[in-house]
Amino acid sequence: MSAGAQVGGIEVAGLAARRGGRIVFADLSFSLAAGGALRITGPNGVGKSTLLRLCAGLLAPAAGTIALDPPPGRPPLGYLAEAAALDGERPLAQALGFWARMDGLSHPDARVAAALADVALADLATVPVRMLSTGQRRRAAFARVIAGRAFLWLLDEPTNGLDAAASARLEVLVERHLEAGGMAIVATHLPLRLPAMRTLAFGTRP
Amino acid sequence: MTGPLAVLLWRGVRRGYAGGGATLVVVFFLLAATLFPFAIGPDAPLLARIGGGVVWAAALLAALLPVDRLVAPDLEAGVYDQLAVRGQSLAAVAAVAALAHWIAFAPPLMAAAVIAAGLLGIPAQQLLLVEAGLAIGTPGLAALAVATAALTASLRSAGAVAGLVMLPLAVPLLIFGAGALSGGASALKLLAAVSLVLVAGAPFVAGAAIRAAME
Repeated sequence: MSAGAQVGGIEVAGLAARRGGRIVFADLSFSLAAGGALRITGPNGVGKSTLLRLCAGLLAPAAGTIALDPPPGRPPLGYLAEAAALDGERPLAQALGFWARMDGLSHPDARVAAALADVALADLATVPVRMLSTGQRRRAAFARVIAGRAFLWLLDEPTNGLDAAASARLEVLVERHLEAGGMAIVATHLPLRLPAMRTLAFGTRP
Repeated sequence: MTGPLAVLLWRGVRRGYAGGGATLVVVFFLLAATLFPFAIGPDAPLLARIGGGVVWAAALLAALLPVDRLVAPDLEAGVYDQLAVRGQSLAAVAAVAALAHWIAFAPPLMAAAVIAAGLLGIPAQQLLLVEAGLAIGTPGLAALAVATAALTASLRSAGAVAGLVMLPLAVPLLIFGAGALSGGASALKLLAAVSLVLVAGAPFVAGAAIRAAME
């Protein structure tokens, strides 16, 4: 895809999505290079989550292509969705540790501890996941994305259930990820203050 | 087995034994097995004769019990989304789930079969054939349970439908497993064949069903 000097990116061309026999959006094109971020806005049901699931490879596009070109040696995708995918009966650090081990990265426990400190949940590392509040669970799921150190972060409404302080911290963490050569596609209504972020407004039906 | 799948297997086994899942299967199995003496009456020679078949029927019913815990909770929690994002094949994930389920399900069941044999007065020779049959048949039963769980995961009354899906498909296991009690080695071979077909095919069915349920 890209020349040798490039450190990765994503190229979306002519993308269309069909859900339940209905075309949700069509002919969507954008590209993003390492260090870039894209914010997707638009009313409910316009296909923001669908676009993220397409980028994550969880749905097949009705038309068009998605070419993700991650830098070598780095997991390509980190996906934050509505569901936290953390085992409720396990302590938070161990529930996250499972995913760190699935990622096959070195020092999984140290990575989890650092990620929990990033989202200010270090105090709750030994608390079972089911005892966490909505916002805490959201931050825990975000800690999984941080610990995975993937190239492209796909964040679906990451500020849902977060208080102002946690939202501000999220901005800082996404910015740190971009500065480290990562990319992010964020579906959110909130105006994240990120210098490298472009906005893609959904809502005008093709 | 590579690293991530071993991690996944360990999680599956731990979840299988956690929360008293294995105990539930064992108690249900013993309850089902003791229903027969109550229904038939205290006729020791008759019970000893049909005991092996009773154990097999009870094992099949007990295998239904954990089906709603195998796939649906992970589907709802988004675990399969995260596994797919990490490039894991869902068929491999389902195969690991079947193996984990077998590890959590078969040993307690086989241990409970010894107790059931005592309750029903099954002779030692017959018990040996029952245990051999269970050892061969339970891998197929575990794989079938995971496939059934995947097929019914997104249904509202999954538990009831699971029985309708799984029991007819498990009938060959029952026929050859109970048949081994009188038919000997040839029935065990056929049981192994059925079990092998289920172990080989079910993960692909389960993987496709999970993929469809994720959409």
